Amino acid sequence: MAKHPTPLLDQLETGPWPSFVSDIKQEAEHRSKNPKGIDFQAPQDCPADLLGVLELSFKEKETHWKHGGIVGVFGYGGGVIGRYCDKPEEFPGVAHFHTVRINQPAGKYYHTDYLRGVCDIWELRGSGLTNMHGSTGDLVLLGTVTPQLEEIFYDMTHKLNTDLGGSGGNLRTPADCLGQSRCEFACYDTQDLCHTLTNDYQDELHRPAFPYKFKFKFDGCPNSCVAALARSDFSVVGTWKDDIQIDQAKVKAYVGGEFKPNAGAHAGRDWGKFDIVKEVIERCPTKCMSFDGALKIDNANCTRCMHCINVMPRALRVGKEKGASILLGAKAPILDGAQLSSLLVPFVPVEKPYTEIKEVIENIWDWWMEEGKNRERVGETMKRLSFQKLLEVTNIKPVAQHVKEPRSNPYIFFREDEVLGGWTRDINEFRKRHAR
Amino acid sequence: MEAEKKIIMDFLEGKKGKTKFYFNDLCKALPDMKQRDVKKILTALVNDGKLEFWSSGSTTLYGMVGAGKQHSTEEGE
Repeated sequence: MAKHPTPLLDQLETGPWPSFVSDIKQEAEHRSKNPKGIDFQAPQDCPADLLGVLELSFKEKETHWKHGGIVGVFGYGGGVIGRYCDKPEEFPGVAHFHTVRINQPAGKYYHTDYLRGVCDIWELRGSGLTNMHGSTGDLVLLGTVTPQLEEIFYDMTHKLNTDLGGSGGNLRTPADCLGQSRCEFACYDTQDLCHTLTNDYQDELHRPAFPYKFKFKFDGCPNSCVAALARSDFSVVGTWKDDIQIDQAKVKAYVGGEFKPNAGAHAGRDWGKFDIVKEVIERCPTKCMSFDGALKIDNANCTRCMHCINVMPRALRVGKEKGASILLGAKAPILDGAQLSSLLVPFVPVEKPYTEIKEVIENIWDWWMEEGKNRERVGETMKRLSFQKLLEVTNIKPVAQHVKEPRSNPYIFFREDEVLGGWTRDINEFRKRHAR
Repeated sequence: MEAEKKIIMDFLEGKKGKTKFYFNDLCKALPDMKQRDVKKILTALVNDGKLEFWSSGSTTLYGMVGAGKQHSTEEGE
């Protein structure tokens, strides 16, 4: 028998999708039976009370959660988000229901033993409810009480060799795609860069000193499996400098039907014979390709959309001179609408110890910490103070790739000291040569 | 470092009404110092048990230990 009647939540379970309500009910029942005889350190009935408070909110159409507070582990300003219920007498199981963010391993690779370890810790010390994974990539553990926070931190660090993730005005937990571990398109080792920067910037991850959140994301290629340039303040996207590699014999094999396009990914329906002109050449956004029995690419006009490579992966490969582009300033639409990252460094070799990339990062941080307003993302600071200012503080020279289109932002202006003779002129001398 | 710590604590003690501050607000107490160096002083004060973090989840503020809303008063309000 459920602790609280939940007719509105029950209705949600009737939809076609897997239901979080069913999941919470399952955990509530599991905790009430407690087959392993666990000495629960968080209230045994917290999943049941969570359902109860949610049902009440659905009924009253207002929240009963307060967020924020002085909860965390000693010395850390992030990783724990305080959550309190404003109906503690009615729902004592969720009077405290703090969230703990755990830094996921690079590429989200972990062994099932590790996952069992996380679940065992959370069953004992929390609600047993998790969110795998949060939008930023963390393993999110939902709902525990204040006295358990240090215990959880100790167990995570000592038993699982895992640290807390980021929250608040911190560097948030960096995230990356699988990279070279499983993907032939990856232009650099995303996991190594993600792991290295996570370790090198521990202070920024745990001790807040930024105006607002700051996110790193690392995509191995422009297919952007972690959508770095839409979701992170500092986006590193793999690219190449030279020409797309073409194997003409294999192009012919695609045309002849020997290989399935898109590696057979669209095989669920009969799309007819592969037509290279319609499906590749005419789909190219810059029209830089042609086919007259042999495939030709005008590489100078290629924008790395990846479409041709995705369609014919056995015939086309990314170039040999690989590296990454760095883009800055993406954010979600809390203020002023959503924003994609702007291209800052068109090409950088991605080589250990990543000194060039770290130099760009640290110059941006110094500037943003100085100039950024409270709760202002770096993309907003960039818009407010100009892209040109950003180029100055990062010591990057303006290049054509920085200009989206002439005379619309971000437009790059010459400074007076860059122009022979400066801006001053003798107006009388000028008038001798030019009548009014 | 001790002199700077004192400036920060005096700054906070002199504030009436507000108990939680953005990092940028505290940097105003040491205007000639680089922000990264101010952070080192604040971290030392946190480690000394004199300052504590307050976090909403999206934003983090600093406050003196014991000042303003405390964990023990959150529950039941």
